[in-house]
Amino acid sequence: MTPSSDPILTLEADALTCRRGGRLIFADLSFRLRSGEAIALTGRNGAGKSSLLAMLCGQLRPEAGTIRVEGAPDVAPVELSHVVGHRDGLKTALSAHENLAFAQALLGDAALSPAEALAKVGLPHVAALPVGYLSAGQRRRVALARLLVARRPFWLLDEPMSALDTAAQAMLSGLMREHLAQGGAILAATHGPLGLDGVREVKIGP
Amino acid sequence: MTRAFLAILKRDLALASRAGGGGELALVFFLTIVVLVPFALGPDLNLLSRIGPAILWLGALLSMLIGLDRLFQGDEEDGSLDLIRASVLPLELAVLAKGLAHWLTTGLPLALAAPLLGLLVALPGEAMLPVAATLLVGTPALSFIGAGAAALTAGLRRGGLILPVLVAPLTVPVLIFGVSASNAALGGTIPFATPFLILCALSLAAIVVGTLAAAAALRQSG
Repeated sequence: MTPSSDPILTLEADALTCRRGGRLIFADLSFRLRSGEAIALTGRNGAGKSSLLAMLCGQLRPEAGTIRVEGAPDVAPVELSHVVGHRDGLKTALSAHENLAFAQALLGDAALSPAEALAKVGLPHVAALPVGYLSAGQRRRVALARLLVARRPFWLLDEPMSALDTAAQAMLSGLMREHLAQGGAILAATHGPLGLDGVREVKIGP
Repeated sequence: MTRAFLAILKRDLALASRAGGGGELALVFFLTIVVLVPFALGPDLNLLSRIGPAILWLGALLSMLIGLDRLFQGDEEDGSLDLIRASVLPLELAVLAKGLAHWLTTGLPLALAAPLLGLLVALPGEAMLPVAATLLVGTPALSFIGAGAAALTAGLRRGGLILPVLVAPLTVPVLIFGVSASNAALGGTIPFATPFLILCALSLAAIVVGTLAAAAALRQSG
């Protein structure tokens, strides 16, 4: 279902309006995320950054507006995206390797093996440990290793730098640069710098 | 797609077998109920063997409800459900895999343990196998009716208390035909096959309806 020889894909959000619990979060938000481009999604706390990401991955229906992928009209955006959010999607009882192998089978279009991905995020030694034993930063890195086990053009990241030490932040910046160079695209909700050049800023709210 | 289906099945089986997975909890609860009933009824063996199938079925039904609230809630809390939503696998098949894993780790062991626990309620020897057979074909219905309710309550904090209330009324037909098939095996005017086949039909219908309902509920939440 996921095209492996990527045509030029553009994630297009048009005039999105978000309402949660009757309260208007944001209105008339439009942007285009092109191949090779990174967008930093900024805005004060509660501006709706996570809500926008939830909309992009189909968990939340927009009150108005459309989200589509130009170049792959029949595929839901979520099937072309990696999502790493606050909830890391890891099972604490399973080992890091098992978690990544599961994600790879689920997401399809395999790229690196779980062991290679763990080595790349600097955690080759924790492969056999249950994720419950890991620190917050290590868990975050295991969740980020998911980006490497399956090939997907869009990376949707919510506060990707949180809980990471400076070395790990530089490592993540490196991974993001590689992804962009390969024609991928990144949308990251963030308060701090991403360590990338030419990041476009989309600001939600005033 | 097959790979993703098997991955969910394998992961849920692995989780149930790890510490805190709750795979064996249902079995222990089943044992507890069946052991307690003879103490409450007193030493009337005839009465016990007459209502034995009903006790086994009630015990199995209640044991299936234990831990059912965690079927989707655990995945919802840690974000695994978002991962499943992002997969190439249709949500219906993901629900089917999870329901199947739930049945394999609770319903199947209960059915296999039933002949043994039948001894505690003085079940006649010739009724052991039929009772186990009714549980074997009837418990999938409980897993999948429960899956629908578990999907509805996945986002609720105290879903564990609401779930049995939602599920219990829907399981009445399964209970009726499960017990009547078991009683038919003990003798009586109805042949065993009649209620048994209806029970099979109920299970098949529950697998389809429960899967579709749970997937629809999961699409609404999030």
